[in-house]
Amino acid sequence: MNMQAAPRHTVGTAPQVGQPHTRNDQACHDLSIRVRDLNLWYGQTQALKNLNIDLFEKNVTALIGPSGCGKSTFLRCLNRMNDLIPSVRIEGLVEMDGRDVNATKMDEVALRRRVGMVFQKPNPFPKSIYENIAYAPRMHDLVSRKAEQDELVEKALRDAGLWNEVKDKLHEPGTSLSGGQQQRLCIARAIAVQPDVILMDEPTSALDPISTATIEDLMDKLKQQFTIVTVTHNMQQAARVADYTAFFHLGEIVEYNDTKTMFSNPATKKAEDYITGRYG
Amino acid sequence: MSQSFDEISAQLQRRHRKSARLKWLSMGALGLAGLFLVLFFADMLSKGLPAFQQAQIRVELDYNEDATRMGRAALDPEVSRLVSRTFERLIPGMLADDPELLGTTETRWVLANAQVDQYLKGHTHRLNAAQQATVDRLAEEGNVALKFNTTFFTSGDSKMAEASGILAAALGTVMTMLVTLAIAFPIGVMTAVYLEEFAPDNRLTQIIEININNLAAIPSILFGLLGLAIFISFFGVPRSSPLVGGMTLALMTLPVIIIATRTALRSVPDSIRHAAFGVGCSRWQVVRDHVLPLAMPGIMTGSIIGLAQAMGETAPLIIVGMVAFIPDVSATFTNAATVLPAQIFTWAGEPDKAFVEKTAGGILVLLAILIFLNATAVVLRKKFERRW
Repeated sequence: MNMQAAPRHTVGTAPQVGQPHTRNDQACHDLSIRVRDLNLWYGQTQALKNLNIDLFEKNVTALIGPSGCGKSTFLRCLNRMNDLIPSVRIEGLVEMDGRDVNATKMDEVALRRRVGMVFQKPNPFPKSIYENIAYAPRMHDLVSRKAEQDELVEKALRDAGLWNEVKDKLHEPGTSLSGGQQQRLCIARAIAVQPDVILMDEPTSALDPISTATIEDLMDKLKQQFTIVTVTHNMQQAARVADYTAFFHLGEIVEYNDTKTMFSNPATKKAEDYITGRYG
Repeated sequence: MSQSFDEISAQLQRRHRKSARLKWLSMGALGLAGLFLVLFFADMLSKGLPAFQQAQIRVELDYNEDATRMGRAALDPEVSRLVSRTFERLIPGMLADDPELLGTTETRWVLANAQVDQYLKGHTHRLNAAQQATVDRLAEEGNVALKFNTTFFTSGDSKMAEASGILAAALGTVMTMLVTLAIAFPIGVMTAVYLEEFAPDNRLTQIIEININNLAAIPSILFGLLGLAIFISFFGVPRSSPLVGGMTLALMTLPVIIIATRTALRSVPDSIRHAAFGVGCSRWQVVRDHVLPLAMPGIMTGSIIGLAQAMGETAPLIIVGMVAFIPDVSATFTNAATVLPAQIFTWAGEPDKAFVEKTAGGILVLLAILIFLNATAVVLRKKFERRW
């Protein structure tokens, strides 16, 4: 990466609404989720302000920004987890597959089947490893026979890179695994229902560096099948795993850019200051 | 200028003394509570344990013609005053059932009356000098003895202390508790699930919550009045029955179960709910498959403790007529019945001194059941507690 060689963008040359500032040529650009004029209030406090962003399929998009900037809130808008908070009010469009996910007609259960989620703290169900994976597909009638279910559990665990570590103890409690393994179990649980999108809310912030590296490799692999949107506090992580990065500040998307450009040559002063560690 | 260690230590002395004083005070309080508990148990055991033994007397029964009309005729006049009248009353019936007995004699142990029993146990009694001498002689010959009191565990109440037992009340308690559990557990748990997992947090639910907490603190006798007014007067549920008693106690137990369930539900970490919502569970699936199983130990503990509390309750049952004199042992929901604490209450009011030990014995039985229930609660909690 050559910092000097890259042309410096100016704030004036803004891209189209919702589009990244610079294109990443290696990335896929099929639209997965389109967000337009999204506003969110917690009671009287506005947490998200006029967000516009296009999230592309089979990409890793990282959401970065200082604490309290709304990146986790935004992430939870994508599978309507904010519905669980009574005081939240949402305006604007979050569109997936041509449908407004916030529409009253949209069934949030159906939405969450297509948009899975991995949380900051590994939260496996207090059940066996097997049951952690098999529960959701069975609930969604994705499997009918036991053999099918076994197969699906194995596939999900393999995809999450956990199979070799747990294949001999599938019926031990999920919480008996180490933190990193638990988080991969949660990823396996999310991909077992074959979603289109996986949301990750700081998936490695509770993990040690080695587990973190494993998860990052996993994200890299998983993006061939899934659209991944991840919130991270760790800028190196965003730089390593993300195709696109959106920088949030005070509830706004300040800059949405190809990750390489974002970290070498950000278009905005605020993003540059954050990335270079002036604040955060 | 900073202080030296010595200066700081000097100041700390007072604080350390204070905390030591507090520690001793709390240990004293604990000791006092323990002492009262020991006193209580010692008193109950010393008064109640004799109730598990009852004087019996070996008599020669002569089944003559007179005995078909008056049982006492079968007995030697000297001992007939010492035998329980409940046994004498049985003799004509025995002869009517089995006419072949007529004209035969038989030697057997029969229940002595309460006065003999009390005399043998060294309590106040109403035997005259001659009777005392007879009892002493019979005891020496081994024809009067204290034996294990099966009557106490196999019969209902009686006006004669020696024949009264706890079984009718125990069965009444079981039937009443079944009704209470069947009503209060599902309604209580579902109410708590709704309030905790489904209901919006608004003024209405807050008012409901406050009132549920208030209900738990209402004097229990008011529930009895409610039961009398609504269940008996309005719905015509048979009075004195385990059904009405159980329904009344269910009203009383409901808030306890609701509060315990809500606490148990609240203690399930939100991360589990998020995980379940995240894989696309509906609200009901989240509750049924994830939250309730985790909350179950707490719910069961709370329910058992609520039930134990209801089991020891007397006041509301007095109002719905469950302090009746129940000599018959029957396990129905609609016949008149009594419960353990009500039986204890009845016995405590008997003028006959021989009932004192029955009262204490009844308390011991009730205590044993309550301790058993609470131990069950502890075991259940330990068993289902998931540490993973």
